[in-house]
Amino acid sequence: MARTWPELFLTDSEAPAPESAEPESGRRSGFFVRLRENLAKSRQALGAELQATVFQSLDEESWERLEEMLIYADVGASTTARIVERLETEADAGELAGGPDLTRRLKELLADAVRAEPDTIDLRHSPTVILMVGVNGTGKTTTIGKMAWHLQRELGRSVLLAAGDTFRAAAVEQLVAWGERAGCDVVRAAPGSDPGAVAYDAVAAARARGHDVVICDTAGRLHTQSHLMEELAKVRRVIAKQIPDAPHETLLTIDATTGQNGLRQALLFREAVDVSGIVLTKLDGTAKGGIALAIAQELGLPVKLIGVGEALEDLRPFDPDDFASALLEA
Amino acid sequence: MFDTLSDRLQAALSDVRSRGTLSEDDVAKAMRAIRLALLEADVNFQVVKRFTAQVKERAQGAEVLGALNPGQQVVKLVDEELTTLMGGAGRDLVFASRPPTVVLMAGLQGSGKTTACAKLARHLREEHGKNVALAACDVYRPAAVDQLVRVGAQAGATVYEQGTDRDPVDIAEWALGRARSEGRDVLIVDTSGRLHVDEALMAELARIKKGTKPHNVLLVVDAMTGQDAVGVAQAFAQTADFDGVILSKLDGDARGGAALSVKAVTGKPILYASTGEKLDAFERFHPDRMAQRILGMGDVLTLVEKAERQFDEGRAEELERKIRRQEFTFDDFLEQLKQLRGMGPLGSLLKMIPGMGQQLNGIDIDDRELDRVQAIITSMTPEERANPSLLNGSRRRRVARGSGTNVQAVNQLVKQFGQMQKMMRQLSSGRMPSLGQLTGR
Repeated sequence: MARTWPELFLTDSEAPAPESAEPESGRRSGFFVRLRENLAKSRQALGAELQATVFQSLDEESWERLEEMLIYADVGASTTARIVERLETEADAGELAGGPDLTRRLKELLADAVRAEPDTIDLRHSPTVILMVGVNGTGKTTTIGKMAWHLQRELGRSVLLAAGDTFRAAAVEQLVAWGERAGCDVVRAAPGSDPGAVAYDAVAAARARGHDVVICDTAGRLHTQSHLMEELAKVRRVIAKQIPDAPHETLLTIDATTGQNGLRQALLFREAVDVSGIVLTKLDGTAKGGIALAIAQELGLPVKLIGVGEALEDLRPFDPDDFASALLEA
Repeated sequence: MFDTLSDRLQAALSDVRSRGTLSEDDVAKAMRAIRLALLEADVNFQVVKRFTAQVKERAQGAEVLGALNPGQQVVKLVDEELTTLMGGAGRDLVFASRPPTVVLMAGLQGSGKTTACAKLARHLREEHGKNVALAACDVYRPAAVDQLVRVGAQAGATVYEQGTDRDPVDIAEWALGRARSEGRDVLIVDTSGRLHVDEALMAELARIKKGTKPHNVLLVVDAMTGQDAVGVAQAFAQTADFDGVILSKLDGDARGGAALSVKAVTGKPILYASTGEKLDAFERFHPDRMAQRILGMGDVLTLVEKAERQFDEGRAEELERKIRRQEFTFDDFLEQLKQLRGMGPLGSLLKMIPGMGQQLNGIDIDDRELDRVQAIITSMTPEERANPSLLNGSRRRRVARGSGTNVQAVNQLVKQFGQMQKMMRQLSSGRMPSLGQLTGR
């Protein structure tokens, strides 16, 4: 079973009645159909074939093929080596019999490796402040748009967006367009103004107007630009001046096509702004996002959400078991 | 952790020197090290396989045997092979005999197309004197047209846009018509980001190509891309038959193995590299330097070039004369500092020096320290800058207040400056100071 939204978002009450009149079951299956369609675009055909062949026999070649599959999913050489070694040890000890058993255990190992705590997003603060950070072009603004839509339309929370990307041309307009779709207000300032001030104003406005959630956008930045990372840390500090334990959630977007550099991104963003979770974006392509596994292993950072398309509903709670299966469906 | 392939190979082959020749086992060890290094640099594993096979063949040959330092020899070999693989015949942009030259840009979402469009426009205008126009054909991403209009203006290019309600194919053809009638030299067509497996959007890209008959189709690839780069490039090659690649976000710390993969699999050259947030952070791609970056060998050539661009020959001579005559003042120091900082963040500069990459691991180079130094110097009067001995206690307190620092910081700077002057005297008298003296540690 895939993880559900109520499992991801911690709230005090039962979710208020969503605005749409569609029955729960109908929408749920709609999600699944959509996810399947998106994930399957290129994988499905190959998936069955590879699943069958990884463990036809237990020779050197099948271990090598398994290694290659994981490497190809961007899991990275050292994490791959660790997982394959573990499986090999268990197989040698005779604990696992036959192909299906091995595949099952492999999936377990992969799911365990990517699982990290806490993998929920606590919405029980009023307001809950979510800070969105990441490298340029990884999908921060799009993720915010989709998350705002979900919180506002599906969970009935009132959301306020802070247009904190005051650097990139037209980034504010982009967020405003998403805000219109999601039906929530956007706090904005002139281009080039201080992103910390925007975040401060937004949190203050949310407290005054009684919004449930504030999501702060920030400009994309390479993790190696120390002055820009310092700017981000300042945004965080400024938010904390409004609410001492805020931001309650700091999400880092990682593009699923990212290779081994994703680990560096997570490391340096965590150092600067104490990242609490990952949003793995663009999983609707052929990239597997295996770097998330390395990030969970090395840094203990959980993936909380995945992006699987460009439509408003194409944001999903992350499920370690589904992710593990998808890694093996080359 | 070994950071560079060079280190790894040295370690793997450390006992070879005593024996003088490479055994089969040594070669296997070396190949494993190479394989791991390349995979960690995100080179596609198929490419890695082929590549290591090739290197192995050469390594087993006579070239390595009898070499003084087998580790270094293998590194050299790998470097050569990588450079060959990355480079080949370098192709430039093709300019049409009858303008406008059309350049079509394509790529995944977030790879940096719109920024690359503006950077290329600026590059063609500044370096080639071209009159450039941009066509805004990304009608899907919210505010993408606005973004192109703004960065286009910054780049000094005209932007042709028709909002987001028309079909991008129509917009592209309309823009081409305008570029023709207005006599533009170059038309760069920005398109929306698309997944290579999205059949509808890939078909649209093919139609834009058919409609504009571009002289150059460029694929924008994020330098941080992992194994997927090959599949993406192959799909775009099939649909749009691109001519070359722009490698974006190369100013990060990604090794950029994707560049190698794309080149190796599609045979298309990498033409440009995008290396920073500003529009002028865009340069011709150098295969040899990329090979060294993938191997973690530093990038001295780029550093030298950056320095050359920043430092004015005349000023350098003037400075040299001042140092010889011991007239080096705080003003000169400030100018030096500004030039140095014009080259980029200190940390990224140091990383270009071979061997420094590893030493810098975990060490934070704080550019703000330099901000403080600049603030202190600019808070001095011209007389004080020329003659630091004027700086008595009360003057130092004033400078500290003016620069928002404290007296200790001012004292330290004045002291260091004194040491520097002394060192320069030694330099000009032909004695070389130690590195410890230079860094003040």
